Amino acid sequence: SGRVGPAGGLGCSESGTFGGPPAPIVFPWFGLDIGGTLVKLVYFEPKDITAEEEEEEVESLKSIRKYLTSNVAYGSTGIRDVHLELKDLTLCGRKGNLHFIRFPTHDMPAFIQMGRDKNFSSLHTVFCATGGGAYKFEQDFLTIGDLQLCKLDELDCLIKGILYIDSVGFNGRSQCYYFENPADSEKCQKLPFDLKNPYPLLLVNIGSGVSILAVYSKDNYKRVTGTSLGGGTFFGLCCLLTGCTTFEEALEMASRGDSTKVDKLVRDIYGGDYERFGLPGWAVASSFGNMMSKEKREAVSKEDLARATLITITNNIGSIARMCALNENINQVVFVGNFLRINTIAMRLLAYALDYWSKGQLKALFSEHEGYFGAVGALLELLKIP
Amino acid sequence: MAECGASGSGSSGDSLDKSITLPPDEIFRNLENAKRFAIDIGGSLTKLAYYSTVQHKVAKVRSFDHSGKDTEREHEPPYEISVQEEITARLHFIKFENTYIEACLDFIKDHLVNTETKVIQATGGGAFVYQKDSDPEFRFQTNHPHIFPYLLVNIGSGVSIVKVETEDRFEWVGGSSIGGGTFWGLGALLTKTKKFDELLHLASRGQHSNVDMLVRDVYGGAHQTLGLSGNLIASSFGKSATADQEFSKEDMAKSLLHMISNDIGQLACLHARLHSLDRVYFGGFFIRGHPVTMRTITYSINFFSKGEVQALFLRHEGYLGAIGAFLKGAEQDNPNQYSWGENYAGSSGLMSASPELGPAQRARSGTFDLLEMDRLERPLVDLPLLLDPPSYVPDTVDLTDDALARKYWLTCFEEALDGVVKRAVASQPDSVDAAERAEKFRQKYWNKLQTLRQQPFAYGTLTVRSLLDTREHCLNEFNFPDPYSKVKQRENGVALRCFPGVVRSLDALGWEERQLALVKGLLAGNVFDWGAKAVSAVLESDPYFGFEEAKRKLQERPWLVDSYSEWLQRLKGPPHKCALIFADNSGIDIILGVFPFVRELLLRGTEVILACNSGPALNDVTHSESLIVAERIAGMDPVVHSALQEERLLLVQTGSSSPCLDLSRLDKGLAALVRERGADLVVIEGMGRAVHTNYHAALRCESLKLAVIKNAWLAERLGGRLFSVIFKYEVPAE
Repeated sequence: SGRVGPAGGLGCSESGTFGGPPAPIVFPWFGLDIGGTLVKLVYFEPKDITAEEEEEEVESLKSIRKYLTSNVAYGSTGIRDVHLELKDLTLCGRKGNLHFIRFPTHDMPAFIQMGRDKNFSSLHTVFCATGGGAYKFEQDFLTIGDLQLCKLDELDCLIKGILYIDSVGFNGRSQCYYFENPADSEKCQKLPFDLKNPYPLLLVNIGSGVSILAVYSKDNYKRVTGTSLGGGTFFGLCCLLTGCTTFEEALEMASRGDSTKVDKLVRDIYGGDYERFGLPGWAVASSFGNMMSKEKREAVSKEDLARATLITITNNIGSIARMCALNENINQVVFVGNFLRINTIAMRLLAYALDYWSKGQLKALFSEHEGYFGAVGALLELLKIP
Repeated sequence: MAECGASGSGSSGDSLDKSITLPPDEIFRNLENAKRFAIDIGGSLTKLAYYSTVQHKVAKVRSFDHSGKDTEREHEPPYEISVQEEITARLHFIKFENTYIEACLDFIKDHLVNTETKVIQATGGGAFVYQKDSDPEFRFQTNHPHIFPYLLVNIGSGVSIVKVETEDRFEWVGGSSIGGGTFWGLGALLTKTKKFDELLHLASRGQHSNVDMLVRDVYGGAHQTLGLSGNLIASSFGKSATADQEFSKEDMAKSLLHMISNDIGQLACLHARLHSLDRVYFGGFFIRGHPVTMRTITYSINFFSKGEVQALFLRHEGYLGAIGAFLKGAEQDNPNQYSWGENYAGSSGLMSASPELGPAQRARSGTFDLLEMDRLERPLVDLPLLLDPPSYVPDTVDLTDDALARKYWLTCFEEALDGVVKRAVASQPDSVDAAERAEKFRQKYWNKLQTLRQQPFAYGTLTVRSLLDTREHCLNEFNFPDPYSKVKQRENGVALRCFPGVVRSLDALGWEERQLALVKGLLAGNVFDWGAKAVSAVLESDPYFGFEEAKRKLQERPWLVDSYSEWLQRLKGPPHKCALIFADNSGIDIILGVFPFVRELLLRGTEVILACNSGPALNDVTHSESLIVAERIAGMDPVVHSALQEERLLLVQTGSSSPCLDLSRLDKGLAALVRERGADLVVIEGMGRAVHTNYHAALRCESLKLAVIKNAWLAERLGGRLFSVIFKYEVPAE
């Protein structure tokens, strides 16, 4: 699939810039990214509200602010990633904190219902949303919540969000990082990376599926390819194979498993390295290859299966990313997306695989705010920040 | 890799008989005569190649010695027929799973005598590939002469991607761990189904959209307005991320199949792009003969390369790349003196996962893959007059694509089988085992037809031509080299006696009347065809079915395809320099139809090359028969006599033994003559040569394709009736 929708979105002319200074954008400031599995919501909480403003602030707006900032969980599934909160940010001349909230896409109807209950439509705010769900739920927003969505291209938002978040850093720390000695659990270190020369850049966004973009400048990028083997595949297969129910549970199982019981390695076939093709003995020759045998199927644990699923999906993404980097002649690869959330195993594997198979030519980079860039980009669109 | 010595005793074939379902002599055919032998024992498969000879019977015709005789008796045959033994070379390629290796090697050791053994490295590539064309079936294509470089993607338990630059230069460029083992292993875990074939069968019945998260699941209905295909998979297994839903085995297997096929296709495309290659050959157990996986892989390649990369599969994968190398070693002399043709009677079909197949067929096809190539003693080349040789396809209808036509023709060949068997037995009245051999022939051909019903692509592109050729190969296999020899002999005799009368009455006509009469004669002669069911019935009951009666049966003008007026107009112009005529049947067709037509051309000042089959097929006239017929006609007719003497009439062989005509595989001598004489008219007659094949063939010179449709179904399909006439005169665009 190609790029989605016209850049800049549809029907976003509310805060027009015809003549004179632009009108201030009314609160609340949200950016929404509705993916296949997760909804990512960023919310800007102004901290410089004057007494006058506070007095004028309508009750519904106040209640939203209080509700979002005083809780870390919403309902049974909504979560605020407190550790990601960006403090003392200046946006459009206002100072405040940026909050990062996520909930499953299947709770979208409840979210819309909440918007209706809290009388959102009376605020005359614009809801900037990206991701496929911006299209899927547009009608529900309108009919149930009386809210007009401003739909935005997800890849535009993604790139905008990444570049912005990288520029503001992470509360004084670096946003971007890499792993040194990723294969060595003793010596492995997460180190900051200064993305001072971001272009060209291969951007690999691992959500439910995977999109791979080649970025040559702020406004010049192309979608190179994508694969359906992504985070959704890992979690979906884990549910089927292990009966787990959450992404966290799947990862926790994977951390305790041994994939070499499930996978057939090069050394299982050749007794060691396969020198003719220059393949190391530890390389996986056939993912789940041992599971062709009944005895071995009976000997593996759920943890082993979860680990093998994780390794399979991650290696494959690494392999496709490496081929794209070669084809596009790009040597820095940034991996983002919620598949990488609390997923050090995958990140280290990507770092190692990219380095090993490219003989040190490619560098795998990661970013602290993993899956929120689309939502940030949507917020920036709302604020007309270029 | 191991060497198998030619010497050695060892155990008997007993163990083999137990482990494989077929008698080993059906697999290792002709091993006793093996002249050269090679074996390649790989990780899971053993490949054998040997060069051997076969002795078989051929029917020869010889003119009686007429010297000293002024007349001949009324019912004496025009020539004599004798059956001789002939030895031809054959290449055997066999591939089997290593499970059988011990038993097989024992058998080989026992039967292999006095041969050189050579271990060769098979690299893939080869002569027959097939490509996905239109849903739901496959189309075969013959390989380009320049196949290198290409990408070879072997999908075994994992995936190996190899860049092949020449026969012996190749490089591993990458791989993937997500391959056949992943499908099998993960599939077994998800569905509790243990067998690979069964998993594929599950997959073929499943709905992946129940398990996969599609673009339309993410975007809702909006994908349409965004120009996205809603059916694209956004996340494989994306919908299974839930605890409160059960998924069917079929759906999960299908989703897994898509996931793996797409992934491999994508990686193959990325590698193809990196190395600027546009052809990818796929092989390995994941692919081998499984239409389901070939289809999904092809889809994936088309999708990811936007049509720029072609996914190709090998019918006999694995060892064809070695044929060239093997031939080089096996032939001391110039291999350019020969051509090779597949022996359909000996080759196995594409291996099948189809559970509808009988267990015996599955056991054989799943276990042993056989390919036999017969050496033809003359090189075959393109007709120099083909407009665009690379795009020339002989066959008019691809029966793998056209299910309706396939069903009809398979039934037609099944129903004709009894008659063919009867004819074969009758052709050898003095043989004690003719009935037994004919029965074996029936079984073999019948089985092939049944396989084709289940798997139309089992032996390559299925066409009327391949069905006819397979029947001829099977007849030869059981030593029925020419079942129609006696019939042809009798008919030639009858027709020769009529020749003077026919010529006299033609000569009595005015010029314009005569032209039409000559064309009608050609067409009427063509009604006499034992290959056609409707005609063979009449001929069987009334062998003196008259030439005149045939003319009456012909459709009145305007014919179904009728460019006679243009042809007549052309005849009023200057004569052609040289006409190349492909003859069809013997007897009335060649003698009373073709020869008077040839005679008229000669009288106009046009030279004639008359091309007849090298070997027998049905009642088609063979080159050696045509020589005798021409000699006898020359004895009656001074025009033909002087033309033969002055080499204005030349009789050549086509190089073929098929009732159809492949203009890209013609005898080199014929091609040279066509060039030398500057042929500017090609006449193709008969259903097999002008309708089943070559109906759409584009030539660089004028051509005349004529036939009588002697098949009610085909006639109806073409919009006509039985005995409708095709008269297609074509002039190439300036």
